[in-house]
Amino acid sequence: MTRTPLRPLARILSARAAGENPDSIERENLRARHEVMREKSRKRSEGRLLILGLSFFMAFTVVGARMGLLAASEPMEPRSAAPGAAILAQRADITDRNGRVMATNLVTHALYAQPKDMVDPERVARELAVIFPDLKEEDLHRRLTDGRSFLWIKKKLSPEQMQKVHEIGDPGLLFGPREMRLYPNGRLAAHVLGGASFGTEGVNSAEVIGTAGLEKFLDDRLRDPAQTAEPLQLSLDLTLQSAVTEVLDTGMKMMNAKGAAAVLMDVRTGEILSLVSLPDFDPNDRPNPLVKGDPGDSPLFNRAVQGVYELGSTFKIFAVAQALELGLVKPDTLVDANAPMVWGKFRIKEFRNHNYGPYLSVADVIAKSSNVGTAHVALMVGGLKQQAFLKTLGFFEPTPIEMVEAKSSRPLVQKNWSDIVTITVSYGHGLSASPMHLAAAYSAIANGGVAVPPTLLRRKTVPEGTRVMSERVARQAVDMLAGVVEHGTASYAKLEGYAIAGKTGTADKPKPTGGYYKDKVINTFASMFPADNPRYVLIVTLDEPVDTSGSEPRRTAGYTAVPVAAEVVRRVAPLLGIRPKIELPPANALTAVVHN
Amino acid sequence: MRALVYLLTFAAVIGLGFWAYKENYATQQALKDVSRLNSEIADLREALSIQRAEWAYLNRPDRLRELSTINFDRLRLLPMEPEQFGLASEVAYPAPVVPLPDVNAPVDISGEQEQNP
Repeated sequence: MTRTPLRPLARILSARAAGENPDSIERENLRARHEVMREKSRKRSEGRLLILGLSFFMAFTVVGARMGLLAASEPMEPRSAAPGAAILAQRADITDRNGRVMATNLVTHALYAQPKDMVDPERVARELAVIFPDLKEEDLHRRLTDGRSFLWIKKKLSPEQMQKVHEIGDPGLLFGPREMRLYPNGRLAAHVLGGASFGTEGVNSAEVIGTAGLEKFLDDRLRDPAQTAEPLQLSLDLTLQSAVTEVLDTGMKMMNAKGAAAVLMDVRTGEILSLVSLPDFDPNDRPNPLVKGDPGDSPLFNRAVQGVYELGSTFKIFAVAQALELGLVKPDTLVDANAPMVWGKFRIKEFRNHNYGPYLSVADVIAKSSNVGTAHVALMVGGLKQQAFLKTLGFFEPTPIEMVEAKSSRPLVQKNWSDIVTITVSYGHGLSASPMHLAAAYSAIANGGVAVPPTLLRRKTVPEGTRVMSERVARQAVDMLAGVVEHGTASYAKLEGYAIAGKTGTADKPKPTGGYYKDKVINTFASMFPADNPRYVLIVTLDEPVDTSGSEPRRTAGYTAVPVAAEVVRRVAPLLGIRPKIELPPANALTAVVHN
Repeated sequence: MRALVYLLTFAAVIGLGFWAYKENYATQQALKDVSRLNSEIADLREALSIQRAEWAYLNRPDRLRELSTINFDRLRLLPMEPEQFGLASEVAYPAPVVPLPDVNAPVDISGEQEQNP
C-alpha cells in the first residue's frame, strides 16, 4: 500500500501561502493513519474472538453430544476387561467333608413362547404335547391362542427334549438359559440339603434360591458372589451317610416302623457326620408338602431335627449324672426303687409293672431303667436345679445347627415345673425334644463333660465348649451306660470288637386328642462308642416299630432300636477307622509270625 | 525451510493416520479374540461343571453299591468288617537269608559223638 506522507509538500506550501498552520495538516494525516490502524486491529480481534467462540462452541457441543450419547445408549461391559468367569456358578457347590460333591449347578434351558411370532400354534401345541406328556394339548393350544404375548412352557429341559423342540422349528418357541441345582446323590442327605428352586425369573437368567434345609439357611453364603467359587464344605461324610442310611432303612423295614432317624456326631468337634431321616425324598424333584393330615407323615419331615418327641428313658442318665455331680449319690449308692411309687394322685410304675426294688444301686437304676429309682434321684436334685442342668444341655432351646427346620423345632417344655414334672422329666416324659438335642446332650457326656455345639459345617478349629459336668462324673456316667449294654436293657448292642455304651428309651406316643396310645411307641437308643474312650455319639430313633420275630409283638427299644444301632456301629466304626478289640484267632500256617 | 517443515508435518499426519487406522483394526481384532476366548473359557467351564456333576452322579454311593453287588463274582467286595483290621505283628517278616555252610570245612555230624563216646 502506498504510504501517505504526513507532511505532503504541496499542501504545506499551499497552506503556508494561505497563512495556515502546516502542523494541523500533519495532525490530520496522523489521525487518518491511526484510524486505519485501529480499524485493522479491530477486525483482527473480531476474527480472533470469532475463532475462540467457535472453538468453545465446538468443544461444548462435543462434550454435550457425548453426554447425550452416553445417557441415551444401552450400557455395555468394556469388552477388553470382561471377566467371562462368572458366567457359571451363581450358587456355590456343596461338598461333604472329603470334597465329594453333594450339590452343584447344571446348565439347562427353559422353554418359553411368544405366540405373536408363532406360525402354526395348533401344530406347536400338538407336537409339544407329544414331547412333554405332562402338558395337555388343549391347554397349550388355548394358552397359545388367547392373545397373550409371552408364556413360559417348561422351566427345565433335558438336552434331548430341547433338540426335539428345536425340530418343531417354530420361530415363536424360544429358549432361555438356566442354571439348575443338581443333587447327584439323589436321596442321600436329602433332609440336610433341603432343595432349591427358581426365584425371580427372566428370559436370560433366573435366580436359584434355597427352599429348605441348609440351602435355605445358608442362602446368603451360597449366593455371595465373592464366595461362589469356593464350595461349602459340610461335616457330613458321604460314605458314612450312605452306610447309615442303608442300615437304618433295612432296620426300619425289619422292625415295621413307619419312620426312623439317626444322628452320628463327633463328640470332640461337634461335627455331625451323618444325619438321616426316613422316609426321605429326592431333592432334585422335591415333593409338595402335604395339604392335609399330619405334616409329620410327609417324607419332607425331618425326624432327626424337626420331630420333637418324648424320648423316654434316655433322659435318665441326665438326672443320675446331675446327682453324681452334686455329690448326692455315688454309682453304688442304694436308692429307693420300690414300685409303684405314689406321688400325690399319681402312681409311678415300672415297665410292665415290674418291681426292681426295694433298693437298687444307682448304676442298676440306669442298667435296669427303673422309673421309680430315677424319680427318687431327681427329687433329691430338685426341680430348679434339674431345669438349670437341662438348660445347659440345650433342652430348652432349638439346636444351633445350620438348617431352617432347626430354628422352628423348639422343645416342648412344661410351663409349670412342679414336682411331678421333675419326676416325669427325669425319665423322659413331659419334655419333648428332637433326636438332635439328645445327640448334643449325650456328646457332652461322651466328651468328658464338655458340651461342644453341634454343627453341619466342617470345622477347622474346634470352639471351646462349655463344661456341664466334671470329667469324673462324665466317666462314671459312661461306665453306667456301658453297664446298660453289658448287663441291662441294651444287651443286643454287645458287639464283637466294639464296646458300646448307651441307654434305651421307649416312650408311648401321645394322642392328638390327649392321653397316650397303648400300642404306638417311639423307640430310641442313644449310644456312644468306643465305650472306654467315647469319640462318637449315635442316636437311633424308630417311629412305631414292632418286632414280630418273637411269639408276641415286642415294642421296647431293646428289641428294636438297639439291634439297628448295633448294626450301624458295626458298619460305621471300621469306616471311622476305629480298631476293634478282638481276640485274635490262634495263629495258623498263614498268619503265624516267623521268628528267629 | 518452511516448505520442508510443512511437508514433514503433512507426511507425519498421513503416517499417524495410517498408524491409527491399523491400530484401530488391530484393537478390534484383539477384542474379538478376547471375547471368543472368554466364551470358550465359559464353554469349557460349563463342560467342566457338567463333567464334575456327571462324575459325582456316577460315583454316588447307591450306584457303587449296586455295581459291587452285580460284579460280586469278580470283585468279591463286601462292606468293611471289624474282622478286617489286622495288627502289624501279624504281618510276617521275610525269612532271614541263611548263609550256605562252607563246604570245605570239616562238618560235625550230629549223633557221631553219641556213637563214639
